[in-house]
Amino acid sequence: MSENALAVSGLNKRFGSLVVASNVELSLPQGVRYALIGPNGAGKTTLINLITGMLRPDSGRIFLGDGDITIFSPDERVRRGLVRTFQINSLFPHLTALESVALAVCERRRVAETWWRELTAYSSEIDEAHEILSALSLAAAGNRVTRELPYGQQRLLEIALALATRPKVLLLDEPAAGVPRDESKDLFAAIAGLSRDITVLFIEHDMDLVFRFASRVIVMVGGRVLLEGTPAEIASDPQVRAVYLGKARQDLGQVRAP
Amino acid sequence: MTTQAVADPHEFVRAQIRWRWSEVVFWLATLLPFVLAPNYLVLASQIAITALFAMSLDLILGYAGIVSLGHAAYFGIGSYTAGLMSAHGWGEPLTGLAAAAVTAGISGYLTSFIIARFRHLALIMITLGIGLVLVEAANSASWLTGGFDGLQGIHTWPILGKFHFDLYGYTAYSYALIALFAIFLLARRLIHSPFGLALRGIRENGARMPAIGAPTREHIRTIYTIAAIIAGVAGALLAQTTETVSLESLGFQRSADVLVMLILGGTGRLYGGLIGAIVYMVARDQFSGLNPQYWYFWIGLLLIAVVMTLPNGILGGLSLLAARIGKRS
Repeated sequence: MSENALAVSGLNKRFGSLVVASNVELSLPQGVRYALIGPNGAGKTTLINLITGMLRPDSGRIFLGDGDITIFSPDERVRRGLVRTFQINSLFPHLTALESVALAVCERRRVAETWWRELTAYSSEIDEAHEILSALSLAAAGNRVTRELPYGQQRLLEIALALATRPKVLLLDEPAAGVPRDESKDLFAAIAGLSRDITVLFIEHDMDLVFRFASRVIVMVGGRVLLEGTPAEIASDPQVRAVYLGKARQDLGQVRAP
Repeated sequence: MTTQAVADPHEFVRAQIRWRWSEVVFWLATLLPFVLAPNYLVLASQIAITALFAMSLDLILGYAGIVSLGHAAYFGIGSYTAGLMSAHGWGEPLTGLAAAAVTAGISGYLTSFIIARFRHLALIMITLGIGLVLVEAANSASWLTGGFDGLQGIHTWPILGKFHFDLYGYTAYSYALIALFAIFLLARRLIHSPFGLALRGIRENGARMPAIGAPTREHIRTIYTIAAIIAGVAGALLAQTTETVSLESLGFQRSADVLVMLILGGTGRLYGGLIGAIVYMVARDQFSGLNPQYWYFWIGLLLIAVVMTLPNGILGGLSLLAARIGKRS
């Protein structure tokens, strides 16, 4: 494996007779912004679960950089730089935003087993957490308890937690799910502003956002990768239009000129 | 809770760790029995020991969300360790505590590998099982433990060769209180450490922890071992101050009682176990004075009343009250 940040080969998974991943092959070069699209039930979230180790594949291999991580536990993968966010907020409701991010920073720096020193002694960890929040315009919300934050800020906190682990590869499962359209643009602007050291793959249904923020697009249907290409290639592919965009364009067609 | 955003994150973290006046008052009040109730120092020492035991349960239940119905196992192991040492001719109390910490810690560490794999109902069953297995093992090993009759011949030497254990419990309460306070200070440090934050993370959303790279099972094994050590020390204190050890020290009743105390007081606050132990033990003393046969009736009633009206225990209710008063002023 050469320059790929993440590679998946021959990945298979079935639940009984339902095939959710069928011989999936992926290779994501360093620094590229990928969108993963496909109709509901195409296996997009399942693929993220397989890649991050939350589900065990029936067969296939997963490589992070040069290393085979197929047998690693989810937290080991995170420590090696493969990190995800969740479609449905999965946060720490009674921790403040700052505490949540500081926790992730402490875990990354391997000080979270230290019980004999108080958190105040870890000022560089707190500073780093504060910087991450600032970069996502969350600094003012830092000392508020997570469950009291507005929904849009909670979505940003999902990303802040992921960034605190210093990912090499970041998998975002519908980062803007449930966020109003105008706010979701801001959210994607934040994602677009991430360092080019991070390879990003995001699941998104809004084609405007996909075409604006992705440099490449992967189309999944029925657990298979149908196609991979630039947004322009994807938009003009008749197969894609038939299975996926066709429907979307029809819907959009009523609003806008085709 | 401040409503405006505090600019400095360090100040916010510091403010959470700072000692509160209520804490200072609480610890000063633990000295009152010496003056106000010198006839109750024996009871006071047992309350302090039970409070220590309840605090150890709070570390796993209140902070890491590990429900245990067998926590007395480690208390009992500590009791028997200190008791056996004394019965075999070494009644020096401080080394007894240390030995109890070691045996309970090793037992806790070994069982933590099972504990860390499970959650919720399965955990209740497993901890219950560990407790039951241990009681029967201690019962059948009567050559060592004295079985059903309890361990005979315990004699605790004076502390540091100076302070003799007296009938009034003066030394016993001082000893138990110092141990409680010293271990409390360590526990307080623990809950405000990065590790304490990780434990709260496990309690708040254990499923999310691996996704931020947290080795959750490692954390659980560590806190379970620490809690077992503290429970073991509490057990040793009881063995040394009462000079008796029986099967009851590791039985189901003790595990259930300590859980009740903690829930009464309020989980996840460190002081909940302490307050719960005081309320429960004083109530038991009073109720059993009123009616030696049916005192559990009143305990049951108290439990129902507290849980129905104060879902987060006595301390939860108090902090709600304090917040309301704070808002009004």
